[in-house]
Amino acid sequence: MSTPKISKMHSRKWAEEFPLWVMALPGLLSLLIFNYLPMVGLVMAFQRLNLQKGIFSSPFCGFDNFKFLFASTDTAIVIRNTLAYNICFIVINLFLAVFMALLLSEVISRKFAKVVQTIYIMPHFLSWPVVAIIVFAFLSPTNGYLNKVVAALGGPERTNWYMITKPWPYILTVVNIWKGVGYSSIVYLAAISGISQEYYEAAMLDGASKVQQARYITVPHLKTMMTILLIMSIGGIFNGDFGLFYTVPKDSGSLYSVTNVVSTYVYRCMTELSNYGMSTAAGLLQSVVGFILVMFSNWVVNKIEPENALF
Amino acid sequence: MKQANRFNSISPGWNAVITVFLAIIAVVCLAPLILLIVISFTSADSIAYNGYAFWPSEWSTVAYSQLMKTGTQIVNGYKVTIAYTIVNTILSLLVMSMYAYVMAQKQFRGRTFITFFAFFTMLFGGGLVPSYIINVKYLGLYDTFWIFVLPGLMSAYNCIILRTFVQTTIPESLFEAAKIDGAGHFRIYAQIVMPLFKAGLATIGLFKVVGNWNDWFTGMLYIENPKLTPLNTMLTRIMDNINFIKANADKLSDDQVAAILNDMPTESCRMAITVITVAPILFAYPFFQRYFVQGLTIGSVKG
Repeated sequence: MSTPKISKMHSRKWAEEFPLWVMALPGLLSLLIFNYLPMVGLVMAFQRLNLQKGIFSSPFCGFDNFKFLFASTDTAIVIRNTLAYNICFIVINLFLAVFMALLLSEVISRKFAKVVQTIYIMPHFLSWPVVAIIVFAFLSPTNGYLNKVVAALGGPERTNWYMITKPWPYILTVVNIWKGVGYSSIVYLAAISGISQEYYEAAMLDGASKVQQARYITVPHLKTMMTILLIMSIGGIFNGDFGLFYTVPKDSGSLYSVTNVVSTYVYRCMTELSNYGMSTAAGLLQSVVGFILVMFSNWVVNKIEPENALF
Repeated sequence: MKQANRFNSISPGWNAVITVFLAIIAVVCLAPLILLIVISFTSADSIAYNGYAFWPSEWSTVAYSQLMKTGTQIVNGYKVTIAYTIVNTILSLLVMSMYAYVMAQKQFRGRTFITFFAFFTMLFGGGLVPSYIINVKYLGLYDTFWIFVLPGLMSAYNCIILRTFVQTTIPESLFEAAKIDGAGHFRIYAQIVMPLFKAGLATIGLFKVVGNWNDWFTGMLYIENPKLTPLNTMLTRIMDNINFIKANADKLSDDQVAAILNDMPTESCRMAITVITVAPILFAYPFFQRYFVQGLTIGSVKG
């Protein structure tokens, strides 16, 4: 008796939901082809890839690519560089951005705050090749601004900054902070302006100083935002911003020991050595470690403070 | 908002200190960009004699007039960049907004699957090499215009922001009312959601425009044809050529070096190309920056 009624309802539901599937279709196809198909392509990490034969019929070689990868002396350097730079960037960026956001929220003239805010985000919208050329304007051995300053202070003339490794950790850190910190500070500022004023008024009536208000009201309120941004950057900790590490040192071979990170390593393995198997193996490790790190840090946050977790 | 309660604001002394400090940071942010622009307006003699300076001994617009004369490649670069920026941005907004609309349908049984299908790509990916092989060998996108358009159509992150936007700005009852009136999903999407969606789409669209404009990597990896080379890729290639000479100076014959040097723009010319590349962003920036701040506040990505 009731069966036909249900199936009729069922088909009505289908008729209603069918357009939704149609609407999602372009997106689904795009994800399938450009995101999921490359995941299938990761089998190349276990193949001796023959470009003619392609992904689906190249001979398998077990873990040979990984063995080569770990036998190479470059690998340890690359991993060290990637982790050290990223941890450094994340920590400095977090502190500076929150600090700048606090100052921006306290400054009395809102108009001034708006103007500097606009200026702070600007470097974020420059492309890496443009940033690389700006950096070159400072570091150029012949005409660079930095050499001029060094010479004026009585230092050596015409230092070729693109040949000596020592200053590069600092140069890259400064460039990265310059490009990114303003943007992150505005993210935090947006979160600060969402905090209810009542907290501050109550604190002030209790005689809390500005520093105490920042310490006990503002910073705790920023926790969710900080955690989300932190989880996301931890996922990318094995990544290394390709643009920064490739364009800013101008792909200079003598600097590889301090500028080569996982993403540039994978790229060079692929384009210069045409070693598709090994570079895929490196990429696979990168993806897997990134995935584990995101899941792990999210799990930790879930254990401690579930309301701050990303998912 | 802070202004409303002056009585809880910082003392004038501290305000002065903070103001000066923030102003110094602003100068630090801006100075490198100014140096770039100044060098592009510096005469070759002045550079040879004094190097790069914030205030050159001699100003000149030679670099720009030289570019005007020999700049077919730059004009091409502009054309390609503008073309794919427009096509990719419009198509991807269409694809993503429809996807986000579907994700926002609480009644829809496929919702969990569709959301997870997108969300998973934020956590895991095939990476550079498999994508390259698939795009080149199986999809035939090498050295074509479509390499700029198709792979970047979907971004799970943007979709989730858009979905949050739909959920927070459009009440569920509006969907119900439209359904009772007999409107199908396409009509609801086109006539009800789209108009309310404008602010969200503008924000994401601007992110896409800037991202497309600044994309140099796609061109470097996939494009050989000079007619299809975007501006930012051109900049990278110019830098790479200089490195190539430096690295191989002893291996190349004098004629070869001379030939490459001849094709290569002078230093102020290089800076002028760079300025021309960023100019659209710098001009548009004051107008669109408020959308970015707005976008940051919508973008609570939880879920």
